[in-house]
Formats: sequence, C-alpha cells, structure tokens
Amino acid sequence: MAVTAEEFEEEASRSVLESVVIRFAGDSGDGMQLTGNQFTLATALAGNDLATFPDFPAEIRAPIGTTFGVSAFQINFGTGGISTSGDTLDVLVAMNPAALKVNVADVHVGGLIIVDTGSFSQRNLDKAGYDANPLSDGSLEKFKVLEVDMSRLTRESVKDLGISAKEALRCKNMWALGLIYWMYGRKRKPTVDWLTTKFRKLPTIAEANIAALNAGHAFGETAEMPAEVTAYTIPPANIAPGLYRTVTGAESIAWGLTAGAHLANLEMVFCSYPITPASSVLHNLANMKQYGVLTFQAEDEIAAACSAIGASYGGSLGVTSSSGPGVALKTEAVGLAISVELPLVVVNSQRAGPSTGLPTKTEQSDLYQAVYGRNADSPVAVLACRSPGDCFDTAIEAVRLATKYMTPVILLTDGYLANASEPWRIPDFDSYTPFPAKFREDPEGFHPYLRDPETLGRVWVKPGTPGLEHRVGGIEKSYDSGHISYDAPNHQKMTDVRAAKIAGIANDIPLQTTEQGEETGRIAVVGWGSTFGPISRAVSNLRAEGESISHIHLRHICPFARNLGDLLKGFDKILVPEMNNGQLVTILRSEFLVPAEGLNKVTGQPFKIAEIEDAIRARLEN
Amino acid sequence: MNVVTPPAALTPKDFTSDQEVRWCPGCGDYAILKSVRATLAELGVEPRNTVFVSGIGCAARFPYYMETYGFHTIHGRAPAIATGLKIANPELDIWVVSGDGDSLSIGGNHLLHVLRRDVDLQFLLFNNEIYGLTKGQYSPTSKQGTRSPSTPGGSIDNPVSAASFALGCGSRFVARSIDTLQKHMPTVLKRAHQHKGASFVEIFQNCIVYNDGTFNRFTDRDVAADNQIDVVHGEPLVFGADKNKGLRIRPGSLSLEVVTIGENGISMDDILVHDETDRILATMLVAMDPPSFPVAIGVIYCNPAESSYIDQMRPVTPAKNGTDGKSDINALLRKGHTWTVG
Repeated sequence: MAVTAEEFEEEASRSVLESVVIRFAGDSGDGMQLTGNQFTLATALAGNDLATFPDFPAEIRAPIGTTFGVSAFQINFGTGGISTSGDTLDVLVAMNPAALKVNVADVHVGGLIIVDTGSFSQRNLDKAGYDANPLSDGSLEKFKVLEVDMSRLTRESVKDLGISAKEALRCKNMWALGLIYWMYGRKRKPTVDWLTTKFRKLPTIAEANIAALNAGHAFGETAEMPAEVTAYTIPPANIAPGLYRTVTGAESIAWGLTAGAHLANLEMVFCSYPITPASSVLHNLANMKQYGVLTFQAEDEIAAACSAIGASYGGSLGVTSSSGPGVALKTEAVGLAISVELPLVVVNSQRAGPSTGLPTKTEQSDLYQAVYGRNADSPVAVLACRSPGDCFDTAIEAVRLATKYMTPVILLTDGYLANASEPWRIPDFDSYTPFPAKFREDPEGFHPYLRDPETLGRVWVKPGTPGLEHRVGGIEKSYDSGHISYDAPNHQKMTDVRAAKIAGIANDIPLQTTEQGEETGRIAVVGWGSTFGPISRAVSNLRAEGESISHIHLRHICPFARNLGDLLKGFDKILVPEMNNGQLVTILRSEFLVPAEGLNKVTGQPFKIAEIEDAIRARLEN
Repeated sequence: MNVVTPPAALTPKDFTSDQEVRWCPGCGDYAILKSVRATLAELGVEPRNTVFVSGIGCAARFPYYMETYGFHTIHGRAPAIATGLKIANPELDIWVVSGDGDSLSIGGNHLLHVLRRDVDLQFLLFNNEIYGLTKGQYSPTSKQGTRSPSTPGGSIDNPVSAASFALGCGSRFVARSIDTLQKHMPTVLKRAHQHKGASFVEIFQNCIVYNDGTFNRFTDRDVAADNQIDVVHGEPLVFGADKNKGLRIRPGSLSLEVVTIGENGISMDDILVHDETDRILATMLVAMDPPSFPVAIGVIYCNPAESSYIDQMRPVTPAKNGTDGKSDINALLRKGHTWTVG
C-alpha cells in the first residue's frame, strides 16, 4: 500500500453545492475531533469559507458506546457567507448507534446519514438505549441512509500491516474521512502529511491510517453507491484576497495577547490554572518563550491572578486566564489590581454554569460577573470577542487599555469561540500602531499615585529604579501622596477618580457603528461575543427580504462607546440575543432607559440562525 | 547579578521610611523591624533593588516602614505575588513578610508552593500564635485550648508546626530566631539572604496584647539557656546554662534524646554534630519542644538546589519585543498551513 495519496483530477461529474453542513459523531475515543480538524484544514485549503463547532463531552473517556460519551464535530462550509456552523445537518456521519441517537434530530428531512453498520451490534444498540435497530425499524425513512460496514472495511484495508485488531479499528475515523473527502473533492495530501508527522515514531500506525484514508476514498470512487449519494463540488468562496489560515479562538487570543505585549514593548507573564475550556489558551502560549512570553501554571486560580499582578508590579504585562468559576476565585485579586492601579488582563473563556455547570458547553453568562462581580465600587474595562479571528484584535485592545489606563481589563470569550475555527486573513503586523508602555524614572516630584491628566492612569514604576522606592497596597491611599489614608473625603475622591478613569476610556474607543443596516430603523439586534455569526446571518437574511433591521455588535461593554445610547434610541425596538438569561439587555436598559428585549438561550449550544430570524419576525409583526 | 558597590556605607536609617510605625507598644514586630533594617545595612544591599511583599495582618504592615520598594497585598497571597514579581524581574531581592494566619491558614497553599518551587526569596514568618489585627482569635499555630473571642471554651484544633510544614513542603532552607534575640536574628537573616532559593525563617514573635508570653517556656530569661538550642553547622548540639547538655540519637531508635555530658558515661563524643544538609535531622530538630527538649533556633536546614527555578523558566536568550520583534510576530502568525486567495 502506497503511503502517499495520489490526488487525481477526476472527470466524473460532480453536482455543485453552495454550502454543506456535516457533523462527524462518534465515541469520545473515536477521534472525531481530529477527523473534524483534518476536514477543516482540507476545506480551508480548498478555498471554501467555513465555520466549525466542536462539541465534546466533559468526560475524557466516557464508557464506550453510551450517549453521554458521544463527541461531535460540526462544520459548515461553502462558497461564501458562512457565519455559523449551521442550523441543521446535511450530512451526519454516525460511527455508532449512540452517535446516531444523539444527533439524528439535527439532520434535516432528506439529509444524508452515513452509519458504520459494523458498530450496530445488539450490545451497542442496548447501550445507546435503542429498543429496535433504527436501521431496520423504519424510523430513518425521512432521511437518506448510507449503510457501510466501516469497521470491516477498515480492518481489511490495513490487514497486511500486521497491526492488532484494536489498532486497526482505531483507523476507522480516517476511513470515514476518506469517504467524505471523496464526496466533496477534498485533497488528502495535507492529512497524509499530518499523519506521517504525528506518527513519525510509529510508521506502521501512520501507514495504517493512510491506508484507511485511501480505502475510504477509493470506496467512494468505485463502490456502487445508492443513487442519492453522489460526489459534489463546492466552488471556492469569493473572499477578500490575502494570506489565510484557519484559527481557533484560543489560538487567536494567545497570539493577540503576545502581539499586544510586543506593541506595548513588554514581556508577558501569563499565569493560569487549568480549567476547561480556558486551558487551551495556556497550552498555546506554553512554548512561546522566544516571543517574549513566559507561562506560569500556578497552584490555584488565586495564585494565577496574584502572580500576574506581581509580574505587572515588576514591569511586565501580567495576564491571567480562566473560566467563570476560576474568575470568581480571582475576584479579590482583581480588586487589588484596581486599588493599586496596575495593568492586568483577565481572559474569561465562559462556559455554562453556575458552579461546575456544563464545563464543555458554551454560554455567555459571566457578563454580570465581568461588569459588576466584585466587592465595592470597582470598575474595570470589559471587552468581548465576537469570532475566532476577532479574538486577535480584541486581545490587542485589551492590552492597550490595560497598560494605558493602568487597570484590569476583562476579556470575554467563550467555549464556542475557544474551540471553533474559521478562515482568518492573516494581518500584516507591521501595520499595527505600537503603544509602548511608559515607565516613570524621574524622582523629581514623584509619588506613586501621580496621574496622567488625560487618561487618569497612574505612573508605572519598575522596582529597581533608583530614587523611586515607594510602597503600594490595597489600603486606600492619599490622592496627593500615595501614602495610606483613612481620610473620608479622600476615599470619595479616589473612588471618583477610579470610576472616571474607566469611564474616560469611552473617549479613546471608536464610536459604535452598525454591522449591517441603517443607524435608525424598526429593529436593532444588539449582540456581544460569539452570537455575532448567527445574528449577522439572521439580519442579512431578513434585510434581503427588505426589512428595516440593523445589527449592532459590541466589542466594548465597559465602558460602552459614547454614542451607543443615542444609536439605540433611533430604533423602535431593540432585541438582544444572548446565551444567558438576560444580562446585556438589563445593562442596556439600566444604562440608557431603552425598552430592550432579550432573546435568551442556555442550552449549551450556539443560537441557530432560524431562532433569531423567528424572534425578529415576531417583533416585526407586532 | 551585577555587584554594585553603594556609594557610602548604609545605616539602618537608610532603610527607614518616613511612615510612622503603628504596631502596639511593646510588640515583638518592632524588634524584628530593627533587626531587618540593621541586617540590610550590614549586607549593603541597594534599597532600589529590594522589595518587601506582604499579605494581611499585623506583620504585613512591615513594607510601609522600609525605605525600599514595597507591596502590601491581600490576605495569604504574598508568596504568589512575589513569585510573579520574581519571574518578571529575577534581579530583585525579595523579602516576603507574613504571619501565622496569613501564611499557614488562608495562604497555606501559596506557602507550600513557593517553598517547593524554591523561588529565590526570603520568607519571614512572624509566628505569634494568634490573630492580632482581627483582635485576638486563635490561629493555626495556637496551642490546643487557646481561649479567644472565637473559642471561648478553648480551641480544639491541633496546631501546625510552621518549620515542620516548611520541611514537608520541600523547603531547602529552614531557620528560626526569636524577636528579642537582636544578635542572633541578623546572623540568621544574613544566611537566609545568602541562600539561593526560598529561605524560610520562622521568627517567634510575642503579641503583647492578645497572646502575651506564649513562648515564655523557652524565651524567659531564667529558662532560655536550658530550653533553647542554637544549632550551628559542624558543631556539637549542646546547650544549657553550663553547656553540658546535648542531643544524641536514642540508642535503638530513630529519635533524639537529651543527655548530660559527664553523667552516665556520656562524653562529648556521644553528642550529635549538627549537619544542616541532613533533612532527617532537621525534621527531628524542628519537632523539639519543652519540657522534654529545647526549642531549636538558628539555621536548621540548608541544602541549596543546583539550579534555580526562575533561571529554568526564563529563556536563555531574551526575546525581542517592541519594534524589533514585529517580524517575529508576523512569522508566528504564518506558522503552519496557510493559503493565498486572489
């Protein structure tokens, strides 16, 4: 068996499709995430626009064959305008009965289901909770079903390689991938290269996976397929010229923070404690010493925040990262950073809660925590990322504000963004404007709470600077000297200046614009964070029908852009879709006294485009 | 580290800030503050390069009184903040000042980790066996039966031994002194400063208001000689007013016993010689308490690691940042699979 995949330009007629939604689903040990990532890469290289949604259980190796052990990876790809991972499935690849059971409801009528019949044993049907075999009881009648014994065909494809039956079966995901590659005309070479590198110490395993990939592909080419299963072509997307790559939110945040530190001319000390789904940011930064990034896995969330503050006190950029429960533990430390006015970036990769909640499921329910969740009057800047690629620029903005205003900045992302990937036009970093941090070195007239009259940010001094020895701490200090002060009017003044400093950021950020639509109209759909994709598609669909709707999406939540209130008042209705029980909507109502309404969902899944369209339509009718 | 000779010999006054010291009159902290200032002056360290980091508690006010850099942080977290500071700037000479509640109760976890990581700093634990700043509740080092506002019937918790805890955490430097020992404390502080790694120093400190006399069993003038042993590396473990008492391994067991030289055929040859690199000996020494044993003070354990935590964490060649590093970021963003459109 050849270890390289021969790519041929086949002449067979392929039907043209605009876009396709595929979900790969199997056991958490079946390698569905790897399969999905490889398909994503191949699809990106084919020039399609795409969006992905990895959805996996919290258990690392849940009992085999159970519904709660099902891991899935969804990708929506097409010729253009892909804004979400897709509402319903065109194709479901189900590697076992449990995967079918969990996912079949998302396949649209007439959609294609590809099942591995080799895994449909009585035992697996029982484990999935099927009383009767769905392949024979007629329950799948409204779908197209392609039954293939992938298990057997995979074993056959690797039988000459002398590997164990278990090792052979582990190649099943590559067989399935090969078949899907054939179906959508994807090139196998990048996956072959990846397998060769990944298993370079186990060449036989590499060879087996490649053999399975090729066998799945060959099956598509040569087998007598049912009439409804054909090969397709999806023309490349018409996207802006440039150099592209796929990027996940976790990668993009990591690179954005690194880039921000460079623009600030600072070393970054990234301090974190493992927590799902935030750990991937730490992983992405852990081997980046050559880019001026030091990572510290602290003993707990509190130590992670505190060591980041220590690093900022020392003149580096201190960053800490976690998810909601971890950010809760960091709260007191964030208060210290507010009080001593040091830069600190706190990344929150939000997940479903409260408490442990649903660690691998996405949510946007930490907005109150970010804006309000501290003791005392303790304002910070709050920013939200809207897409995997947007994480890069929003992270840079977080670093800019933290260092310029000497303040903690909370950077909100979520579990969906952290894991989802999209094609990203790689920016030319030379075009970014540096914002080098300034350190005070002049002892003349110095005290540690001297402020920049414009930003109100206090002076930053690196310990080690001669003549500027001073003490700071969490006790209130005198506005005029920085010494401890228990004076009541001084506390009022310091509280006021801390608030004014954060409020003043509004003068240093862009005015709020609409993503789509006019600046006045019938309905403004206002979002923040990862709801960007579904809102933008829902709004564009309805605008195509001629409706007077605009999409407003917030990056800056604290403070808001200074024109936001006026902008909102230009609309008859304001709809705020959020993956929480209504948080931004409350803040908008309290801040601007506008009749904003919520559209709320906390199922651990992103919004479907149709859900938002329906909600907008309902408001257009009334 | 660059050795810079200060322009003129420093005095304790050079380390004295303009802030009024606000501890209770008669507090042991005054004596420690005096000792630390004297030690720094004698060491000739540079104020600009010295940082005192503290948490919360009476002891944690310490940085305000030092004319160096200082950071008064939050309860229990000083070791974590000091670790981040040391990562950011390994050239700084960092002293963490803490109390028994701060470092063994709310901050116990951070003390554990700063010691096992062996971050190069001095950790001073002022142990007064009580919560002072919050007005007298029992602490994790309080003796069982301590009556306090929160334990009117006497505390029932078993106290933790700070030095035993430090050794258990893997600390490579464990020493002790007493607030009133103005000659002894600087010698211990100097050794702590000299040690590369986390130097843990427990200082028995009397709280005159809430726990006065808690260490009298070995600090009172009339019992001190018999109930303290100042251990010195390479010297026999002898103590007592007449220097005729000593420690030896109890025959047939792995434990210490106090013997009297000249009695029952015991000679100087029978007495253990202190080996500060012996962790097992250190473990036995820190567990000693009157009336059966004297309390060990001095450098009980010192066994520096071969490599430093921070050195291993930091890159060998410093990264470029700012404008010089822009091409690096462009390269980073272009690593892996990319494709060109248009």
